[in-house]
Amino acid sequence: MKVTVTINGTAQTADIEPRKLLVDFIRTELGMTGTHIGCDTTSCGACTVLLDGTPIKSCTMFAASADGHEVQTVEGLKNGELHPLQVSFKQNHGLQCGFCTPGMMLVGKALLESNPSPTDDEVRWAISGNLCRCTGYTNIVKSIQAAGAAIEGN
Amino acid sequence: MYPPAFEYWSPKSLDEALTKIQELGHDGRVLAGGQSLIPMMKLRLAAPANLVDINNLTDLAYVRADNGHLAIGALARHADVVDNDHVKTISPTMASAAPWVADPLVRNRGTVAGSIAHCDPEGDWNSVMLAVGASVVATSTSGQRVIPIGEFVVDFFTNSLVEGEMVTEVRIPRPTGSAGGAYLKLERKIGDYATAAVATFLDLASDGTIANAGVALTAVASKNLKVVEAEQMLIGQTPSPELFADAAAVAAAACDPESDVRGPAEYKRAVINAYTKRGLAKALVQAQGGAS
Repeated sequence: MKVTVTINGTAQTADIEPRKLLVDFIRTELGMTGTHIGCDTTSCGACTVLLDGTPIKSCTMFAASADGHEVQTVEGLKNGELHPLQVSFKQNHGLQCGFCTPGMMLVGKALLESNPSPTDDEVRWAISGNLCRCTGYTNIVKSIQAAGAAIEGN
Repeated sequence: MYPPAFEYWSPKSLDEALTKIQELGHDGRVLAGGQSLIPMMKLRLAAPANLVDINNLTDLAYVRADNGHLAIGALARHADVVDNDHVKTISPTMASAAPWVADPLVRNRGTVAGSIAHCDPEGDWNSVMLAVGASVVATSTSGQRVIPIGEFVVDFFTNSLVEGEMVTEVRIPRPTGSAGGAYLKLERKIGDYATAAVATFLDLASDGTIANAGVALTAVASKNLKVVEAEQMLIGQTPSPELFADAAAVAAAACDPESDVRGPAEYKRAVINAYTKRGLAKALVQAQGGAS
């Protein structure tokens, strides 16, 4: 079947099987490998993308259901220069292996849009569907808060 | 992981969806949020030949206060009932449970009605619905029927829908008096199923006695378990810690937990006892006008 999904502002049309998961559509049809596959069972959040601005797990949605919708992936964060979230994750050591990072940044983006200066608890609650096995989360929380401050400062 | 192949249908209206569901019969499954169905398909625990995707039926994405009840449409996501004023006003038990269903990302996609229809005994919503006396609206091309939740939840992953029907709405009755409720869930981490959980509901008459009560348990039986005996003990009585302790003992005796990675059966039974007592105490404080 034919689907058209707007990915990072560009309409992408492909002929796919209905069982094609959104994450596989993004990674294999479009070759955009910033969206990761971790647990593949809706637990880890490595595959997080923004669907019409809302974070969801793209391993647990069919690409067919995204037909006519807008998806943002980590590749869409950078706009000429690095997004404040990317800068702050780098500055605050918000990643080690980097596997969870795209998901963490996208959840952070959605959070900061509704709440530009979240508390520790608010950040931790927002990222509670995303697992990190390296950082212990502290620097991820700091990174998201620092990005919020940077965006507010501009 | 790829699920088994299926045919995909994406109706643009409820009528179109019902016609397709009728035509497909047992070969069709409704796809709403997919947060339970898709993982089950990937793990080959489900292999529907056809999926009828209802995500375009955005008219069903409502949470509203109707005459006499709170109405949750088939496409309302879990996130839609978190911090929702109608939910907080009409159903304190539901408001208490909402933030503890799955994780924030799953709540953005999964639907309340889908989770109820799924009838996973480890799911949270059916305990809430059993405690508050909800009902489910089942719609087909030949009409509608309103099914009390106790008759809807048949057993392990089994509801009482018949061929051609889909859940279009869930209804939670307005309490008649001053009400309170709680959902206490023990989970190892956010996103895990409950080790054990208890939904409680108290509706007080003007003289302070209990006019209506609900107690229902998650993850400790082959289906979400409404503890009718405990509810009957509470109704008509003046609330007291002793009464709540007696009802909690009945709930603990009524459940049938299994020992697994989340803990031994006796531990889960003890959790049910403690959480029933605590949940009733919280419901009472709220019903009497205090903060929960």
